[in-house]
Amino acid sequence: MYPKDTAYDVAATTPAPSGLVLPSYKRDESSHPALDTEEYNSTHLRAPQQPLQVLPHYLTEVTGPLLGHDRVGETDHDLTAQHAGEPLGERIIVSGRVLDSDGKPVPNTLVEIWQANSAGRYEHSGDRHPAPLDPNFSGTGRCLTDSDGFYKFITIKPGAYPWRNHDNAWRPAHIHLSLFGQAFTQRLITQMYFPGDPLFYQDPIFNSVRDPKARERMISRFDLDTTVPEWALSYKFDIVLRGREATPFEDDEEDDD
Amino acid sequence: MAGDTLGTTPSQTVGPFFALSGGILWEDGPEVVGADEPGAIVVHGRVLDGNGDPVPDAVVETWQADSQGRFDHFDDSRGESTSFRGFGRCGTDPEGRYWIRTVKPGTLPTPDGATEAPHIDVTVLARGLLNRVVTRIYFPEEQEANAADPVLSTVDAGRRGTLIAAADSGGYQFDIRLQGDDETLFFAV
Repeated sequence: MYPKDTAYDVAATTPAPSGLVLPSYKRDESSHPALDTEEYNSTHLRAPQQPLQVLPHYLTEVTGPLLGHDRVGETDHDLTAQHAGEPLGERIIVSGRVLDSDGKPVPNTLVEIWQANSAGRYEHSGDRHPAPLDPNFSGTGRCLTDSDGFYKFITIKPGAYPWRNHDNAWRPAHIHLSLFGQAFTQRLITQMYFPGDPLFYQDPIFNSVRDPKARERMISRFDLDTTVPEWALSYKFDIVLRGREATPFEDDEEDDD
Repeated sequence: MAGDTLGTTPSQTVGPFFALSGGILWEDGPEVVGADEPGAIVVHGRVLDGNGDPVPDAVVETWQADSQGRFDHFDDSRGESTSFRGFGRCGTDPEGRYWIRTVKPGTLPTPDGATEAPHIDVTVLARGLLNRVVTRIYFPEEQEANAADPVLSTVDAGRRGTLIAAADSGGYQFDIRLQGDDETLFFAV
């Protein structure tokens, strides 16, 4: 122990001159793709070239939008029930948990998804793929996680589609996801892929994640247990957001065990 | 438990096709506050690529304190909650333009006793960005507060200006340059 009257002791034991104590979130750069990923052509004029400056986690970073039930309609989680008829394609259930990297569930957080239809076509004016649109499929959904971090969507399996990144380039089937978590630091935009897709090897977006273990974390898992007989196949997909650095207080608690 | 930590889910690009009906671009996305809110300002600007061309398929998201420097959030331990939404989101148009109607945020304390100048945290998402990029908007009339800001004051002086909006009628202009000689300063958050 330091003598009580040293400046060091004050700094080590008093929260702050302002009385403000803030959490800090673990940095996780190694999970993510480099912005300047050469093989993905759209990065060439868009990826920043200067080094990023590390931003400390102050009030604006450790808070974030807590968007509530007023953002989610009754059928928003069911992309097969948003029109008069059912969309064509293979009906699937996509469900899982939103966790932080300490395994703690992230409750009541908004999850937004969007995707191509079963033919690999987005209902978007910029999509030139000559595959049919489906009048019964918009391809967007949202839900809130429950108090244990669980979420669930019903949709159809998206098709693969061609793009012009390189000769004969095709995107593996994927669903886009947007997550807010509970802090600005936790915001995540990602894509969920399907197991065993033969297109993985030639996709520069999937492979922009260099660590094979991290790439695996973008692939959903087929799950027979939650597959509904005679109705829909089920894919499980847990999403892990950044967790908090341990605080001195939490360390003390563990020392007591 | 400090035991095993889970690897985080990697980021991927938002892609070119997020602007679907019922999707992530909400009708009221840019309206952090209504037009009749006292002190409402519009922050607007363009997102530009390395050729100086507009980025017509970007999403600009903002997060900020209210005019008193408060957040409606459980980790704002100062109490006195507010119902301020704080969050804005706007897709860029064919000229790369975005806008957000909001109020100018207040100053914020830091745990080590410094004071952050009024600022807005910004996330930019786009095709070609494999991870979000993050910057901050500061205000040009806050010279003293900006000089004392614990983040802005550590930014290379030659690039500090890329984080300071320009005042104009009804609000502020803040352009975001993803590349080039005057590339906006981006943060690792």
